[in-house]
Amino acid sequence: MMMTLNAIFVLVILINLFVLGAGRMKALIHAAALQGILLGLLPPLVLREAQFVPLFMALMTVVLKGVVIPNMLLKALRDAHVKREVEPIIGFMPCILLGAAATGAALVLAGRITPSASPLGLLVIPTSISMLFTGFLLLTTRVKALTQTIGFLLLENGIFVFGLLLLGAIPSLVELGVLLDLFVGIFVISIIMHHINREFASLDTRRLSSLKG
Amino acid sequence: MTMFLLILAALLIAGSGLPSLVSGRRSARGPVLSMAIHVLASALGIAVLLRHDLAAAAPLHWATTYRFPIGKPALQLDDLSAWFLLPIFLISALGSVYGLGYWPQRRHPADGRKLRLFWGITTAGMILVVLAANSVEFLIAWEIMAMAGYFLLITEDRRPQVQQAGWVYLIATHIATLCLIAFFVLLRVGSGSLNLWPTGLTHLPRAMLAALFILGLVGFGCKAGLVPLHVWLPGAHANAPSHVSALFSGVLLNMGVYGIVRVAAIAGHPPIWWGAVLLSCGMLSAFLGIVWACAQRDCKRLLAYSSIENIGILMTGLGLAVLGLSLQHPLWVALGLGGSLLHMFNHSLFKPLLFMGAGGIIHGTGARDLEALGGLARRMPTLFWLMLVGAASISALPPWNGFVSELFIYLGLFKTLQGGTPAGWAALAVPLLAMVGALAMTTFIKFTATSFAGQPRTAAAANAHEPGSMMLAPMLLLAAGCAIVGIFPQLFTGLLDHAIRAWTPWNAPIPLETIIPLGCFTAVALALFFAGGLIGVLAIPWRHARIRNPGRTWGCGYVSPNQRMQYTGSSLTQALTEMLRWLVWSTRRQPRIQGVFPQPSNYASHTPDPLLESVVQPALHKAGNTLKSARIFQSGTVQLYLLYVLLIVLVLLLV
Repeated sequence: MMMTLNAIFVLVILINLFVLGAGRMKALIHAAALQGILLGLLPPLVLREAQFVPLFMALMTVVLKGVVIPNMLLKALRDAHVKREVEPIIGFMPCILLGAAATGAALVLAGRITPSASPLGLLVIPTSISMLFTGFLLLTTRVKALTQTIGFLLLENGIFVFGLLLLGAIPSLVELGVLLDLFVGIFVISIIMHHINREFASLDTRRLSSLKG
Repeated sequence: MTMFLLILAALLIAGSGLPSLVSGRRSARGPVLSMAIHVLASALGIAVLLRHDLAAAAPLHWATTYRFPIGKPALQLDDLSAWFLLPIFLISALGSVYGLGYWPQRRHPADGRKLRLFWGITTAGMILVVLAANSVEFLIAWEIMAMAGYFLLITEDRRPQVQQAGWVYLIATHIATLCLIAFFVLLRVGSGSLNLWPTGLTHLPRAMLAALFILGLVGFGCKAGLVPLHVWLPGAHANAPSHVSALFSGVLLNMGVYGIVRVAAIAGHPPIWWGAVLLSCGMLSAFLGIVWACAQRDCKRLLAYSSIENIGILMTGLGLAVLGLSLQHPLWVALGLGGSLLHMFNHSLFKPLLFMGAGGIIHGTGARDLEALGGLARRMPTLFWLMLVGAASISALPPWNGFVSELFIYLGLFKTLQGGTPAGWAALAVPLLAMVGALAMTTFIKFTATSFAGQPRTAAAANAHEPGSMMLAPMLLLAAGCAIVGIFPQLFTGLLDHAIRAWTPWNAPIPLETIIPLGCFTAVALALFFAGGLIGVLAIPWRHARIRNPGRTWGCGYVSPNQRMQYTGSSLTQALTEMLRWLVWSTRRQPRIQGVFPQPSNYASHTPDPLLESVVQPALHKAGNTLKSARIFQSGTVQLYLLYVLLIVLVLLLV
């Protein structure tokens, strides 16, 4: 059990690093989808006995993060004719290094704040922090609106992993609410992207600064 | 059960815009359905409130079992909140009926659906503000109300004046919210919980109580439109669609009043200076508001300034009530708060009536400038009589409702002279209030006379047509309300007594009935109606005899006068505005008459908001110039903004 969990966490961290180094949009979206599916597997593993709401939530996670949202993003990609992230503010390689450093720091940091007898092993908090950081790196270093959406998605994934610690403590209704929120958020973002693309003939978010008053 | 029904009504109202939102751009059915939902939900709300309030039941508290980090969501209803809820339901419902005639989807396909959506949301936000039982909830409700109100205001967002008014509104409402956030944080520190509304915080240090009062007064006063903070109000009211102005003036301002009423009660026995500050703020607003109103040419701006005046009058009453709390005079509390709350209710009746009437004028003529109107009484007689009722009510003439509530406040102010109390100076407000009354009357004589009497000044006014029944019916109801409150105030004093009891720390305030013989109002009113009727009947043969040669109204004895030779609105009040020029600051271009045969010339005057255009805007420009260097943080790149967020989160985590 613990083995499987840890394996998933390691895979998820690897996907983080891959995302930081990937230049092709399609690869990015597929990686995010894979990560979403892996995350969806976690609640049943953690839970041991079957409960309806968490299982439903897991199913919804897989469906939304693994299928619906990636498809929305792919569609936006086709509409906008963007293939690659061309000029990140920080290069791909430094990004990967920063991500790796952050993951290392998260491991050190988590050693101090993990509750002593966490039933989920030692990797939960480092994974979550590493994902949060990856999300933020994507958000702050990439210029295409689509990549930023994926950064937002990763940020939320990190919160999801953190929420596993609290499974049972906070009502699953809240988790479901978060999921719905995410879905609506991405939905709105893809509409906004459509408009940005039409208005500026590009998805480069730096051009938004011309909107400044 | 009561609470459940109220929540149901609020939810229905919040969603009432959906049917018109999902129906087509030119569909007539969606708006009608929206209106029906809104009216039914409001009727439900009013029925529930009256049933609860008349039964003199204990305050209701309702909390969910669900726990959030900010505490349990809870709602509460006491008799004071019930009094504030009544106009919300009433005016928003009447406004939605009026909107069908005034803003038909067919003629406004671009913005009608937006208007109806935010109409419901603003109303629901206001209901929640009054019902909120903890401060986080209150702030959320407050923001829903303020933001939805913003979208109502910018209904015609393509017009530059509307955008400008929208900006000023946004800035003002954000300043208000900032003060309120500080206020609620301080309140949490002082009272130890987020629950609203704490009373009896007498044990707090003086400086903290003072800070609470000042923050509350500024935050809520900004929404209520007290004078130095009123700058957003005239532009917003003048540029919104008329029924939105009616909702703003009749109900939205009340939310600021609600806050101040609650804030004034937090200390149990407040220091005397609280009452003094409220009283002087009230008088200042009342006086300046009406002076500025008098000088306006735009009929909706005039009404907006008159709202400032009325809020000032009811603040004066509230100041008296707070003095009564400090000095332990239940009589002052009863008359001051009773008069203040009744005046608020009255203002919620006659101001929407007048705004809807102004909307009717705009609808019929397309003009907002009083100097472009004239002679409308013959072209829109029903509207004329309704506006006459509104004008008489707002000028506090018996037998209409404004007279009753202002009389309460007058009587209360006179009581401060009795028995050698240390607050005898409060009676100085009486002559000021009388002067405000006289100015109000002048203002509304100008308003009705310039638009309805005389000869039409433009072709638009000459071709005016009466508004449809959808617009007249709500106004008729409001006018009837003005008459009912004016003739039978005893119907309302029971509710008022309950509201006063909910506000004071004493259990047995003096009922209003025992202070004032309310039957007198009825007697005076009936006598006046009888006398008026008698004169009318006696005048019938005389009118028929004289009708053959009607001449020109206000013809001044000229043989063949034309419409340019009659009094204009500006000339009607010129004596007053000349005298008060140091307060009005109008800019004028006067003709120079030279030689024996002078050239044709003309006279122009313009009255901007003195505070907004001469103080606030230059100050903001100056601040903008000096703080230019701070704008490097506003780079416009999303990435950098997100980095700011990350840094703040890190700082918060580490500290």
